[in-house]
Amino acid sequence: MPKRTDIHSVMVIGSGPIVIGQAAEFDYSGTQACRVLREEGIRVILVNSNPATIMTDPQMADATYIEPITVPILERIIAKERPDALLPTLGGQTALNAAMALGEAGVLKKYNVELIGASLEAIDRGEDRELFKQVVEQAGAESARSSIAHSMQEVDQIVAELGYPLVVRPSFTMGGLGSGIAHDEEELHRIAGAGLHYSPTNEVLLEEGIEGWKEYELELMRDRNDNVVVVCPIENVDPVGVHTGDSITVAPCFTLTDREYQNLRNIGIAIIRGVGVDTGGCNIQFAVHPETGRVIVIEMNPRVSRSSALASKATGFPIAKIATKLALGYTLDEIQNDITRSTPASFEPTIDYVVTKVPRFAFEKFPGAEERLTTSMKSVGEAMALAGNFQESLGKAMRSIDKRHMGFSWDGPVPDEEEVAGLLEAMHVPTEHRYLQIQRAIWGGASAEQIFAATKIDPWFIAQFMLINETAMAVRKAKTLTYALLKRAKKAGLSDVQIAHLRGLGDEGENTIRELRWTYDLHPVFKTVDTCAAEFDAVTPYYYSCYADETELRTREREAVIILGSGPNRIGQGIEFDYTCVHAVQELGQDYDTIMVNCNPETVSTDYDMSDRLYFEPLTFEDVLEIYEAELQMGPVKGVIVQLGGQTPLSLAARLKAAGVPILGTTPESIDLAENRELFGDVLRREGLNAPRYGTALSLEEAQQAANAIGYPVLVRPSYVLGGRGMEIVYDDAQLRTYVARALEEAQADMVVSGRLPSPLLIDKFLSDAIEIDVDALFDGEELYIGGIMEHVEEAGVHSGDAACTLPPSTLSDDQIRRLREATLAIAKGCNVQGLINVQYAFMSNTLYVIEANPRASRTVPFASKATGTPLAKAAARIMVGETIAQQRERGLLLPHGDGGEVRNGQPVAVKESVLPFKRFRTPIGRTVDVLLGPEMRSTGEVMGFDRDFPHAFAKSQLAAYDGGLPTNGNVFISVNDADKRQLPMLAVRLVELGFTIWATAGTASVLRRYGIESKIVDKITSRIDSAEAKVQHVSGSVGKNVVQLIEDNQIDMVLNTPNSRGSRSDGYAIRAAAITADLPQFTTITEFQAVLLAIEAVKKNDYQIMSIQEHARELFALESE
Amino acid sequence: MSLNDSVTLTEQYYSAEDAVLVLEDGQIYVGRPYGAHGETFGEIVFATAMTGYQETLTDPSYDRQIVVQTFPHIGDTGVNTEDPESSKIWVSGYVVREPSPVVSNWRAQGSLDEELVRQGIVGISDIDTRKLVRHLRSAGVMRAGIFSGKALLSEAGTLVPPAALLARVGEQPPMAGANLSAEVSTQEHYVIEPTGDFAGKEPVATVAALDLGIKSMTPHRLAERGCRVVVMPMQSTFADIEAVGATGVFFSNGPGDPAAADDTVALLRQVLDARIPFFGICFGNQILGRALGFGTYKLKFGHRGVNQPVKDLTTGKVEVTAHNHGFAVDAPIGEPVLAPYQDGKYGRVRVSHIDLNDNVVEGLECLDIPAFSVQYHPEAAAGPHDASYLFDRFVDRMRQTATTQAQA
Repeated sequence: MPKRTDIHSVMVIGSGPIVIGQAAEFDYSGTQACRVLREEGIRVILVNSNPATIMTDPQMADATYIEPITVPILERIIAKERPDALLPTLGGQTALNAAMALGEAGVLKKYNVELIGASLEAIDRGEDRELFKQVVEQAGAESARSSIAHSMQEVDQIVAELGYPLVVRPSFTMGGLGSGIAHDEEELHRIAGAGLHYSPTNEVLLEEGIEGWKEYELELMRDRNDNVVVVCPIENVDPVGVHTGDSITVAPCFTLTDREYQNLRNIGIAIIRGVGVDTGGCNIQFAVHPETGRVIVIEMNPRVSRSSALASKATGFPIAKIATKLALGYTLDEIQNDITRSTPASFEPTIDYVVTKVPRFAFEKFPGAEERLTTSMKSVGEAMALAGNFQESLGKAMRSIDKRHMGFSWDGPVPDEEEVAGLLEAMHVPTEHRYLQIQRAIWGGASAEQIFAATKIDPWFIAQFMLINETAMAVRKAKTLTYALLKRAKKAGLSDVQIAHLRGLGDEGENTIRELRWTYDLHPVFKTVDTCAAEFDAVTPYYYSCYADETELRTREREAVIILGSGPNRIGQGIEFDYTCVHAVQELGQDYDTIMVNCNPETVSTDYDMSDRLYFEPLTFEDVLEIYEAELQMGPVKGVIVQLGGQTPLSLAARLKAAGVPILGTTPESIDLAENRELFGDVLRREGLNAPRYGTALSLEEAQQAANAIGYPVLVRPSYVLGGRGMEIVYDDAQLRTYVARALEEAQADMVVSGRLPSPLLIDKFLSDAIEIDVDALFDGEELYIGGIMEHVEEAGVHSGDAACTLPPSTLSDDQIRRLREATLAIAKGCNVQGLINVQYAFMSNTLYVIEANPRASRTVPFASKATGTPLAKAAARIMVGETIAQQRERGLLLPHGDGGEVRNGQPVAVKESVLPFKRFRTPIGRTVDVLLGPEMRSTGEVMGFDRDFPHAFAKSQLAAYDGGLPTNGNVFISVNDADKRQLPMLAVRLVELGFTIWATAGTASVLRRYGIESKIVDKITSRIDSAEAKVQHVSGSVGKNVVQLIEDNQIDMVLNTPNSRGSRSDGYAIRAAAITADLPQFTTITEFQAVLLAIEAVKKNDYQIMSIQEHARELFALESE
Repeated sequence: MSLNDSVTLTEQYYSAEDAVLVLEDGQIYVGRPYGAHGETFGEIVFATAMTGYQETLTDPSYDRQIVVQTFPHIGDTGVNTEDPESSKIWVSGYVVREPSPVVSNWRAQGSLDEELVRQGIVGISDIDTRKLVRHLRSAGVMRAGIFSGKALLSEAGTLVPPAALLARVGEQPPMAGANLSAEVSTQEHYVIEPTGDFAGKEPVATVAALDLGIKSMTPHRLAERGCRVVVMPMQSTFADIEAVGATGVFFSNGPGDPAAADDTVALLRQVLDARIPFFGICFGNQILGRALGFGTYKLKFGHRGVNQPVKDLTTGKVEVTAHNHGFAVDAPIGEPVLAPYQDGKYGRVRVSHIDLNDNVVEGLECLDIPAFSVQYHPEAAAGPHDASYLFDRFVDRMRQTATTQAQA
């Protein structure tokens, strides 16, 4: 059946900002969709609020709208662009929900837009619990016994019938948000209460507990001719009870016989048919009872998912690309398998290697959050590895996580009986540490049966862990490290560093081990991902390493550039760096063979047809060096690019260079100039630039001396992360004492010698009430090109990654911009930058301070590129291979004159707002963790609001970042600290004029009354983070309720709550936690609230301007040529 | 490493503790012994399924073949008494990358390693199986031998040199021209009564199933559709078939070269002449092809996996199917043609199924007589169940014929 001829234009909806459960994998799937559609000659209209995506690059679609994904805005775009069809299955749950909402609002019908990929009915059958249960039943399979509840009363009735443990799952939420397992009434009421709220249909499913069962997933695809294929089975090493996104998973299945696997396959096929996914993919999750084999269907996603990205990368079968073709009417047998180019896509991949995915967590960013892993996803990223067997792939995946102390280790004495008993007890609760606990317990002599009893992890995997331990012990005890033993260790997944530690050589021993290995000529070989276990010849150069005999690399003609990616997503290092890497690949691919190295399956960079060669490998020194050595044999290598993938590759630069690898762009020595505090201080002094005063301290005494010399407030942070404690703004000696005491406590006890820390605390002057600015620039050794100057909306002190910022800067004067330009030039020169540099500045009382400089691509590069219509990373890649800025101006990558630092009249304004994951993280008593922004970055993603002026752009950014955006009327709760009270009246007056009613605490209300502003008084509430008890104090004249009650009763529409600057900042915690749970817009700084008021006012006057970035680019170009 | 490379034949790169795999073309792989120790020979082929090693090992079509598993971990789920496809392991040798150290499955009754030892199957593990498969893909299937334990030692107790092992491989008969059905076929006929909903009821049809190497799932698939299945030795005559009151005839899969099975072809022609509904699988498809007058030929490296896309040319639908064949029928794809045998004695025939990977003929359908066959395995085991509709089709044919005859 050939392609449909009645579809000429298609609207694609992206997944919006990166959040937990919905990450860069949807940039990968959306980008594939856009590419396919354009190849098919279809006009593509793309909507996504996330600027840090490849899919929103101007050449990916005909009309790209970086706009909030809301029904009114989507309707305006549909009215303007009149697409024939809407493809909603590649933008995660966000796109699917948006399509459902458009359908329900009658928009699709009104503009005659056909939904392709999945019908509204199919989405409903897949996602609605009750309908889905019927489908499962008709497929001859079983669901867990369950019932739907729409109220707490119904919840209580159901539990009486089903008993505990009970699983709670809200309908229509992504990443399992709001789900959990309740073991008693208190837990049930908390989880079900939140679930009822998060579900857009206010319903939760309660079902029998199946914790500890084996968990499997199938990725299926179906075409309109009813052909179905299973792309890949995935087995979760963590049994049911841990969200699949938080589990270690493997592909394919290891512990099922063919009969059992075929049974799952048959059920899966019956379900995809029953749900009616006519063209596209879906993911189905199963639980299998480990002793009886009873199968329960857990759920399905009638769309491309995170697991499909994983399955695509694991097998080489591009699910998103094929789903798009199917939506256009092709059938599976009409689509070619890209990898073999001789066989069709209507087959099931078979693999001859093992794929392991390991999640990466960020609990250290959320003090107070419970670390227990549940059915609500909490990991922020993941790494995948392929190898010849399970042990090797697990070892590679674990080291890909790029987090110290997160791999197996046999350092220190063998765990004694007591420790083993403690570990066995601890591993009952799944946490990110569980696999390390298992390994230590095995080392200490725990049996496989004991591990199984505690974890319910399948004995097959436990046996593999025991084998790894056995090999480690052999390495530790052997008199000499023979060739055979070293090879065995590598096949067991042990890295050179791990082997060095086992041999008592420490970190430095890595070089010794490598030299020995090379003496034996023991190198990994590189195999091809070919979808077919070598049955057919593979054309696509997609490689993984393993220790075996034959390598499959092919020789090259062209000179190669190796680009190191950024590894697993984490807070502070995410999709932005994949964006910059992909740009380098696209640009340099014109003249070089581009070789991409990365281990993150959620990325565009690991799409096998982006680069000339793809190595799906860990980004460690050992692995990268082996790739370089192997490629050197295949043809000329110009060098390695380390400055586009964030801190991970940058930190490898010096060692790679020392090992003889040419580093392109800024040299490792120059990187050190910017990163080393002393050396950077010298650079600044030489250039006559100010930096905030700073000091270091190893003890309380030293800390107090330093702090007093610098002057409070100070910013204190450990020079490396101590047990997860981050930075803090410290206002006085008392707070400093608490901080240092905690740091001492958390540093390993044996490492603290008489009250001294093992490594120094860094203490900086904290700049109060300062304006913070980010500058991204390019430097070629001669010329400086400012990519963008971004002014933060919040004052300094909020991490630049969490702050909202605006481009062009909203308040800076020409003179200030000139000073920023001069300072950036001086620093770029002083640090010998060749490529990109990011500098963070602050203006305090109009004095310019340099906070820090990063000689690499920054998080803001994609935002600045989108806002100015200039591909900065592409230009940077060119500069890194030795070209000049002037050449890039000629090439058209950069503006012919001037740069992104100039403010042009009529230039539209872009505002970046960050998105925070607080909802996901709960304290042990079930509250959300605190939401205050501080010097530690905690956001997972960003959105961009683009409009004619700052207030509109800011309002749009809020609409894109938070469900519903800013209210235009209603009730505002205000509680501000003493320092902010002077600025309050002006704001309050405007609020009242705009039609808001003010609710306030007694103190704030008293101030307002003195200015003649009416407000309603609420009861005072105080509570502690670690206690469920909130103390309510009845206040005279109050409405008789406290604000938490009002928020829970939906009586409040917006919250302004600035915390006291001193003390633990926990006073407003109960309020902030309630607001987060209720999804209210809330603001914790006055400066941001000022922007909020302007925004509300602007939107009330004039509606948003909706413009595609292609239209914006034309306008910018027109301004440029004036 | 290859004996044909610069490595000299006298050089010792294995010890008596190793297992050695030697290919006919001189390639040699050194690994660890797996299963029984000793020596074994056969045609070396690779199988790409990720599940179902127990079914693979007990599939009679693998008689005299050394099977290489491309999936790296083998033996994870142990062995049980429910999944074998026949009463014994048929492969002559087994090549795997990583045998499982433990057994983990609720149905497991023993370990694969022990089962291989019990049945005397010589294997080798811990070699670069992907390298081997890539070699077989480009060089084609060939003879090979696995040597371990005493087989590596001469009478004097010294290691047998590679050249001598290679010579032993060269002495073995090739697969082309081999008629192996007699080796694998049952000696006595046996009956499988209807099962499931049909248990204890009057059979819907009686099928004479000629055992050319039949897998136990095949009669099971018919029995669960209400058929009484009489599994018969391959030497059975047409009179034997008539004697059991067959309303349909089935020819199974099996090992060997169809060109060497003239007696079986002759038997099928009698069935076709009698207009008894016929269904063939795998070897049975090749026999139908030859009975209709088409040729058969040996594929370079065969189809052995459970992920092959087969297109039903009648409906345009694609099914994912299990394959295990080294030979194929040479018939024209496209419009129906007159079956060449005796100037179209059997009327028109069309290629009903093709493999989309390489356009190999995967099914034949006679348009004027009640006979059809497929080259792949609708009974699966191991493999997907997408093609099980073919058993329904056969049962329908038998019913229709019975009705027509009753009316006539």
